[in-house]
Amino acid sequence: MNIKGFYIDKFIDFEKKLNGESITNFHSFRKDAIAKFKEIDFPTTKNEEWRFTDVSPITKQNFIPANLISKIKIDKSKVEKIIFTGFDFHLLVFVNGIFEPSLSEIKDLPKNVFVGSLKKFQAEKEDLFYKHFNKIVSNDTAFNFLNSSFSVDGFAVYVPKNIVLEKPIQVLFINGSEDENILISPRNLFVVEENSQMKLIVNYNGLNNQKYFSNIITEIFIGENAIVDYYQIQNENDNSYHIEKIQAIQKDKSLFNQFNITFGGEIVRNDINSKLDGEYIETHFYGLYMINGKQHVDNHTFVDHAKPNCMSNELYKGILDENSHGVFNGKIIVRQDAQKTNAYQQNKTILLYKGATIDTKPQLEIFADDVKCSHGATVGHLDEVSEFYIRSRGVPKELAKSMLIRAFANDVIETMKITELKEQINHMIFQHLHQIEI
Amino acid sequence: MLVIKNLKANVEGKEILKGINLEVKAGEIHAIMGPNGSGKSTLANVLTGNENYEVTDGEVLFDGKNLLEMDPETRAREGMFLAFQYPIEIPGVSNATFLKTALNEIRKYKGLEEITPKEFLALIKEKASLLGMDDAMISRYVNVGFSGGEKKRNEILQMLMLEPKFVLLDETDSGLDIDALKIVANGVNIYKNPNTAFLVVTHYQRLLNYIVPDFVHVLYKGRIIKSGTKELALELEDKGYDWLIKEEEMEKV
Repeated sequence: MNIKGFYIDKFIDFEKKLNGESITNFHSFRKDAIAKFKEIDFPTTKNEEWRFTDVSPITKQNFIPANLISKIKIDKSKVEKIIFTGFDFHLLVFVNGIFEPSLSEIKDLPKNVFVGSLKKFQAEKEDLFYKHFNKIVSNDTAFNFLNSSFSVDGFAVYVPKNIVLEKPIQVLFINGSEDENILISPRNLFVVEENSQMKLIVNYNGLNNQKYFSNIITEIFIGENAIVDYYQIQNENDNSYHIEKIQAIQKDKSLFNQFNITFGGEIVRNDINSKLDGEYIETHFYGLYMINGKQHVDNHTFVDHAKPNCMSNELYKGILDENSHGVFNGKIIVRQDAQKTNAYQQNKTILLYKGATIDTKPQLEIFADDVKCSHGATVGHLDEVSEFYIRSRGVPKELAKSMLIRAFANDVIETMKITELKEQINHMIFQHLHQIEI
Repeated sequence: MLVIKNLKANVEGKEILKGINLEVKAGEIHAIMGPNGSGKSTLANVLTGNENYEVTDGEVLFDGKNLLEMDPETRAREGMFLAFQYPIEIPGVSNATFLKTALNEIRKYKGLEEITPKEFLALIKEKASLLGMDDAMISRYVNVGFSGGEKKRNEILQMLMLEPKFVLLDETDSGLDIDALKIVANGVNIYKNPNTAFLVVTHYQRLLNYIVPDFVHVLYKGRIIKSGTKELALELEDKGYDWLIKEEEMEKV
């Protein structure tokens, strides 16, 4: 049986398990998705958008949808080991994409703020849910339709207007099963209304070394004058596959800071998009990927300047060791109306070993005439003079390299506003690259 | 302390040092002067183990040990120190982290205990104040956002912290105004003692008013063409290098 047939069959099993839920609006959404899934093929390297990323290892294997396996029990102590600590936060824990209330901790929230599971959000605030759900993203690959077909849960945040949510929300995904290769399909939604602010930390983690496939869609609505800081730390296991689409829509004068820190995954593809649907919007995309072994990480970003007087800035940095492969594709469209746009993009890569490679491609499409846009890409090695300087003080070579890696990552790390998070990410950088910590 | 015999070295395949002979004893200050491109910086880099410089011949003994066999970090742990002409910036790594790491590596090599954070902080504050440096710079990233003068001063702070036996100053005076120059020279003079030696590489005599050398050597086209006492530096200031170069060319003929 081909792989699509496998998932189509599994969808029937899934429907049986749903019982009463199979007549809801949400399920008709899933049924539409599986119908589309039947019609569309998985992307191949012949598709321009997937030229450098061969997903055939993912589409050649059967991953059992997580909804069909028995629940994995996770201890609180496991959670404590992998969450970011040292500051106050709300905690949402998802095991294979399903909300786990006993491991989560939502503290006092201002009135009408919702922080929790998508399922609960749908039940409690149905109007709001349908106002935004699947309205921000457009499904356009078989992966997206696969996610929609099997989606049951994910995180949901709703912040009504004029509220500053002071504590960050930390969302922890623990993925994987003991003995089966599973498909995890989180569906996340967060809506931040006019003049409100929030910080979000999303932390993807592997349970063990068993292979799994995380296939994620995250939708974000950022209202007028709202501010969102979104830190994503992807620490899946190195045998896993991670395909994710993040789609934001921003309104007038909003500010969106997105940090995409990638450590894990054998094949990773992130699509991070923002539509700047208003004036005086600011968008910052920061990326840092530290990979080794045979890891393949493909970051596709897309900033859509639809209206005038907006600013976007993008800085993606890769540290590639051993035989790892990085891909960066940064697309910027400045539409005809979007006069006075400032759009900047940079991709910098350090190759630590001769087997590591990067494919980098800026893609600027500019239809307005009064704009400032620039892009640049650099690829290099750790600087020898700097290494000599550090060693000439008695510091051994490996440690000197660590310092230079830290120095390279600095302009991304330094931009983060949560000090404790910064320190813990620092620690993870050295751990992941098997370098000595400073 | 340091004996250099017939040292020859290439940079990118081109011979820059063409047979240097020099002996520096403990307690002495030697100055190496010479026009641009004479090989002064090459000598400093070769002695500290920069791998972009290839030694093709000769020998260097450092307290009797074969210096050229050691990697840069081992030379540093043995007591070699180069104050760089262009110190490197290391964003993300604080001066304190950097120096504590270096100091502990050197201590480990000597079989000493690691310094405690408390002792370290007291030590760095004491040394920084000798150089008129603000405590705030201790937590700043290595050389990031430092002016030229601050970077040179930071090199001298590193020297005071790491307590090397042999100090090479590579054009430490370049880009320094007179006040910064005095501070840097003062740091050197505080540190100088009968167990240390200095090799001061400079293009101009000015620095030598403040760091007074026992011997002055003129390097030209990869060889020392004249050696003398501090008066030689004054003579060079007065007459330039041309007269010496002419003498040298005459001798060759």
